[in-house]
Amino acid sequence: MTELIETAKNTLLSPGGLDIRDLDAVFGKVITPSVDYADLYFQYVRQESWMLEEGRVKSGSHSIEQGVGVRAVSGEKSGLAYSDEIILPALSEAATAARAISRQGGDSAAHAISWSTGRAPQLYRAEDPLASLSDTEKVKLLERVEQEARRQDPRVKEVIASLAGVHEVILVARNDGALAADIRPLVRLNVTVIAEHDGRREQGSSGGGGRVSYDYFSDALALGYAREAARQALTNLEAQDPPAGTMTVVLGPGWPGILLHEAIGHGLEGDFNRKGTSAFAGRIGERVASAACTVVDDGTMLDRRGSLSVDDEGNPAQKTVLIENGILATYMQDTMNARLMDMAPTGNGRRESFAHLPMPRMTNTYMMAGDMDPQEIIASVENGLFAVNFGGGQVDITSGKFVFSASEAYLIENGRLGHAVKGATLIGNGPDVLTRVSMVGNDLELDPGVGTCGKEGQSVPVGVGQPTMRIDGITVGGVQV
Amino acid sequence: MTATEQVNDQTSNQQLIDVTQQALDEAKRRGASAADAAVSRSQGLTVTVRLGAVETVEYNRDKTLVVNVYFGHRSGSASTSDFTPHAVADTVRAASSIAKYTAEDECAGLADRDRLATNIIELDLDHPWELALDGAIEMARECEDHARQLDERITNSEGASISTHRGSEAYANTHGFAGLVTGTRHSMSCAVIGEQDGLMQRDYWYSATRDPADLESPPLVGETAARRTLRRLGARQISTREAPVLFEAPIASSLLSHFLSAVRGSSLYRKASFLLDQLDQSVFPSFVRIHEQPHLPKAVGSAAFDNEGVTTENRDLVTGGVLRGYVLDSYSARKLGMQTTGNAGGVRNLTIEPGALDLTGLLREMDTGLLVTELIGFGVNVVTGDYSRGAAGFWVEGGEIQYPVEEITIAGNLKTMFQHIARVGNDVDERGNIRCGSILLEKMTIAGA
Repeated sequence: MTELIETAKNTLLSPGGLDIRDLDAVFGKVITPSVDYADLYFQYVRQESWMLEEGRVKSGSHSIEQGVGVRAVSGEKSGLAYSDEIILPALSEAATAARAISRQGGDSAAHAISWSTGRAPQLYRAEDPLASLSDTEKVKLLERVEQEARRQDPRVKEVIASLAGVHEVILVARNDGALAADIRPLVRLNVTVIAEHDGRREQGSSGGGGRVSYDYFSDALALGYAREAARQALTNLEAQDPPAGTMTVVLGPGWPGILLHEAIGHGLEGDFNRKGTSAFAGRIGERVASAACTVVDDGTMLDRRGSLSVDDEGNPAQKTVLIENGILATYMQDTMNARLMDMAPTGNGRRESFAHLPMPRMTNTYMMAGDMDPQEIIASVENGLFAVNFGGGQVDITSGKFVFSASEAYLIENGRLGHAVKGATLIGNGPDVLTRVSMVGNDLELDPGVGTCGKEGQSVPVGVGQPTMRIDGITVGGVQV
Repeated sequence: MTATEQVNDQTSNQQLIDVTQQALDEAKRRGASAADAAVSRSQGLTVTVRLGAVETVEYNRDKTLVVNVYFGHRSGSASTSDFTPHAVADTVRAASSIAKYTAEDECAGLADRDRLATNIIELDLDHPWELALDGAIEMARECEDHARQLDERITNSEGASISTHRGSEAYANTHGFAGLVTGTRHSMSCAVIGEQDGLMQRDYWYSATRDPADLESPPLVGETAARRTLRRLGARQISTREAPVLFEAPIASSLLSHFLSAVRGSSLYRKASFLLDQLDQSVFPSFVRIHEQPHLPKAVGSAAFDNEGVTTENRDLVTGGVLRGYVLDSYSARKLGMQTTGNAGGVRNLTIEPGALDLTGLLREMDTGLLVTELIGFGVNVVTGDYSRGAAGFWVEGGEIQYPVEEITIAGNLKTMFQHIARVGNDVDERGNIRCGSILLEKMTIAGA
């Protein structure tokens, strides 16, 4: 951590002539008798993206953003002001604005804060992924992906491939003297394929990534995304209209874990439960899932897209059991909501950038493996749907109703997979959908690293995962009555 | 100091123009054959009050420079939030470096010179709100109080927010175009929670305008939010069926946004649209007219020029149900062998011509069916038109609302759905960039119990 702190100071503070000692004066401005917590969040983000379509990398972009957010917390009140200039006058101005939530004005005497840095294991390499591959090689990688997708079938008509990388350096300084830094790489490769046959057009998409360098995208992996996107598009060319109504649904492993993210994940975030606006509020210790279900939020997985060595409040990420054998165990917390609920922070305090307030957010959310053979799970269903790939989802945390949209699914007839059906939205009720999970497979998989979660206008990278699971009754929004 | 004060002065606007010129000069110095630069700067304040007490106070202050450079037919793009000469030069260098690796693309480049706006019309978009923090807090509190006091079944709140923003955008390119627009955006919103039989429902309302004087009153926003929450209490699932569906105005605009996704140049040249090759074909029933009104004074979507400096114009996208125009910028227009429609950055105040009936009249016209007031999820496929989304609303019989409905989906294919539009209401929602009344569809599949 000490080395990270030095790098972060050099990246974030030194260019504006700032030193850690200068922060005493800033906290002197933001802390008043009624401000019980304050932090400074310094951030530098450099990102790039390259896009290929019609066989050529036609566009690329590059951006640099940096700034500092000053937050003051007083009970349930938060004040935020920020500046994209990391210099002392701008910090002081932001500090004065942020403390507007407290009635008492005037600067308190600046006193010397004794800074200390906790220990947190580094979960990814502290390096700049943008520099891990030459621009020529980035272009070539996208070209190979494109050719592989086209090679699959003459019905593949359009291939769009993109490569994106983020190099992020953060430094968090809190009024209690805690100082934390993190260097977070993030890369992603995406492929979308449009296939056409007899005038019908369908698409498929695939991709992956994580908190790694571009060298993660070996040909085996990258070309695999291309084949997968093409396979999905070709499968959808044969797909029939999806059924409508409530039926047994088997979800495949991995990305279908978006079910957990929407159905229970958001509802278990501390802010909604402190305010009593979540359908799960006040339900710790109650049964919210069948005994087959154990669900965790785990920010400590190596190199994963949703992982964080420390969260955006400087707390080390944790593995938190949310639901244990069907019983609601705990909520995900940031510092403020943990304190107000008299619980411990769980390392889930996240913010999109220095210009946003932190909130409790998920990291990598998944269900632990059970003991069933996935084939047996499918064979157990007389009539139903097997859904293996999904687009996005959404939840109304108050009513508990959530949706997630299948992009690849098959009918199950008499225990066997039938024909492919087109995408449909599935809708359910978060607090009881998991009580209908009757079988959990032994094939836990995490998603390939493409998830982004939106909450109150803030986007953060996340992961999801699950084994194959059988749900005895969820509403499938097809067209075929 | 009020939140929007600093954007005001002419000096800072001149600085924005100067930054674009500096970027263009640097691009030329690096040998670029063409370049453009867009600079934006905004400032604002958002205050949220929950259960009568301040919950958050957020001061926003953002700025960005985006530079596109062209070396012949190769292009690169870069952006920064740092306007120091050194950072601007670095940004142009980053864009130029990317252009070394991108492929030749004969369609890449600035808008054609003769399409650029020469006379920048004044559209009355700038109405700063001299709102101090205490005033904003008071207003939010009044709004939430009215929501909470309406009915004892309102048991909790997500709060009421007041937000004010003012921003300036400058755009310049090496064809000699330079334009600057300053505008404001203010809003008031409220979301409350009701409870009945141990089950909660939430709904919200908001008002958003460029002129604070045009905002709905705090009591009206609060009470509307509370009424919308209350009417959802006791919602149940209905059985799977086919029935007419009436989209309430605030969400009916989503149908038009799906239409836009399908007629956008980037979807068309990639052949990723269910409306491919439909120009001059009947896409809607013959009574449907959809047009763009970019010069409406004070409107949210108004603009005198698009993101490439091209003049915006009133135009029809659909007349008599027939698709008459696409939504194109210069690049996608060249890809399609057409002319830009002045839509770089999107459409401006897209409007579907209202019919004669209000919501009550539309409910009577429908007689029996589903009134949808909320849609969730992303189940729309622009390539195929397949549509399947989560919904909540009300079951209607004899033209009257019977009971609230939830945990259902509505599904169909947009191509057929558009053909099956039976009526467009006159209850136009003017808060957004798409102006649309409620829309009645003859039939969709509803999935439920």
